[in-house]
Formats: sequence, structure tokens, C-alpha cells
Amino acid sequence: MADITLYRLQACPFCERVVRRLQELDLEYDSRFVEPLHSKRDAPKRVAGTRTVPVIVDDETGVTMAESANIVEYLDATYGGEA
Amino acid sequence: MELPFEVVDLPEADHPEEGAKAPDFTRPLVNGEYWEDTSLSALTEEGPVLLVFHPADGAFPTTYVFEELAERELDVRTVGVSISSPYEHADTLSERAFDLHGLYSDPAADIAALYDVENDLDRMSGIVEHRPAVFLVDAEREIRYAWAASEWPEFPDYDAVENAVEEL
Repeated sequence: MADITLYRLQACPFCERVVRRLQELDLEYDSRFVEPLHSKRDAPKRVAGTRTVPVIVDDETGVTMAESANIVEYLDATYGGEA
Repeated sequence: MELPFEVVDLPEADHPEEGAKAPDFTRPLVNGEYWEDTSLSALTEEGPVLLVFHPADGAFPTTYVFEELAERELDVRTVGVSISSPYEHADTLSERAFDLHGLYSDPAADIAALYDVENDLDRMSGIVEHRPAVFLVDAEREIRYAWAASEWPEFPDYDAVENAVEEL
């Protein structure tokens, strides 16, 4: 089990944007795929209070977050480092 | 059901038997909310699993098998495997009261090949699916009960499955 769990929708460009950054930062992540219909997206609703994806849950930091721009910014700030 | 003719035979299967280690695999496992790559070993680490290979979700044997298993309220997590996509699995789980822990999606039937329970469908070109088969796998991933259909169609011996679960 990776520390980061990504809730995503197949072919969702916002989700793929987050995936790209996760890969660029060489981070381990698990993916949970939900269905297109908002009414069927109970999983992100339960963990993050939203039916929008992407959502990430980071067990390392305890952060749960939606919105791809915010997530990318968070990943850079947390794991981008100056190294 | 007695039929007034011989039911069609399937080719011999050399599937893993009782006492063998269940081959491990990873495929998307669909539950009521999402799907996620999940290994069989990750499931068995949490306890025994009844692994049920079945025809595509829409085929009637799938309904028959899971309805009968649900009726028996077995004390084990039941997990299906078929060629149906995660989307079809999600529909199946939301529309049917099958009482399943989840359904693995194996569109290329690679896991059917791994367990030697393939069924090359006549006149559905390019479609190989899983023949009906049941493997009771314990927490050490040892197979405690194994059965695979030898006729098309054939259904599990549900009493034998139930006994095997009770003997865990």
C-alpha cells in the first residue's frame, strides 16, 4: 500500500495532470477509479466531501485534498524539495 | 436439471488442485464504490477468499451461481473473476444483491490461462472467457477446495463448497 491514494476517473484530464506530477516526483500511489456519473461517486464524497475528482489522500501527512491545481501545488510544496 | 441429451464437454482442464498454492495475480478489483489494482495475496492476507471464475457478467450462469452462493450466506469473502470490464462489474454490483466482496476484471482472460480454466467461446471471435470454476483459498493462499466445469454449462456443487467453507 502506497501512502498516497488517488481517486480518479478514467480519461479525466485533471486526474491525468495529477498522475503526471506524481510520476515526475517519483511518488508511489494507489489509484481508485470511480464512475463518470456524479451520483455514483460515493468514495470521494466520503473521504473528501466532494464528488469531483481528482482527490488525493496522503497518509504520510494526513492531508486529503481535491482540485487538481491545489493538489499539484501541494505535491510540489511537500515533495518537490530543493534537492 | 436433467436434459434429454448429453451436455457438451469442455476440454480437459489442468487447474490447480487442493493443497496447491493459489497462483497470485493483480487485477482491478471492483467494489460498490470504485476499482483498484488488488492482488489475490492482499485479499488472502486478511483471511480466506472464495474465488469464483464465471462467464461474462450478463450471461445467465453468472446470475445463477452468485444468487445461489448469496442464498447460502457463506462465512467467507466471495470474489468473482470475469472478462467483463470494471464498468460492467460496477453495474452488476449495483443492480444485483449478490453479496460479493468484489469482482475482478480480467478482460484478456489471462487469469483464466494462469488457472487453466479458459473457455474459448464458439462464434464469439476473439473472446476467451473463464469457465465456471471455484477455488477456496485460505489465509496462507493454499487451495482448500477446487472445482472447474467440465461441461458447458456446468454449475458448482454448492453443498461441497459450503462444506469446504465450514471446514476452514
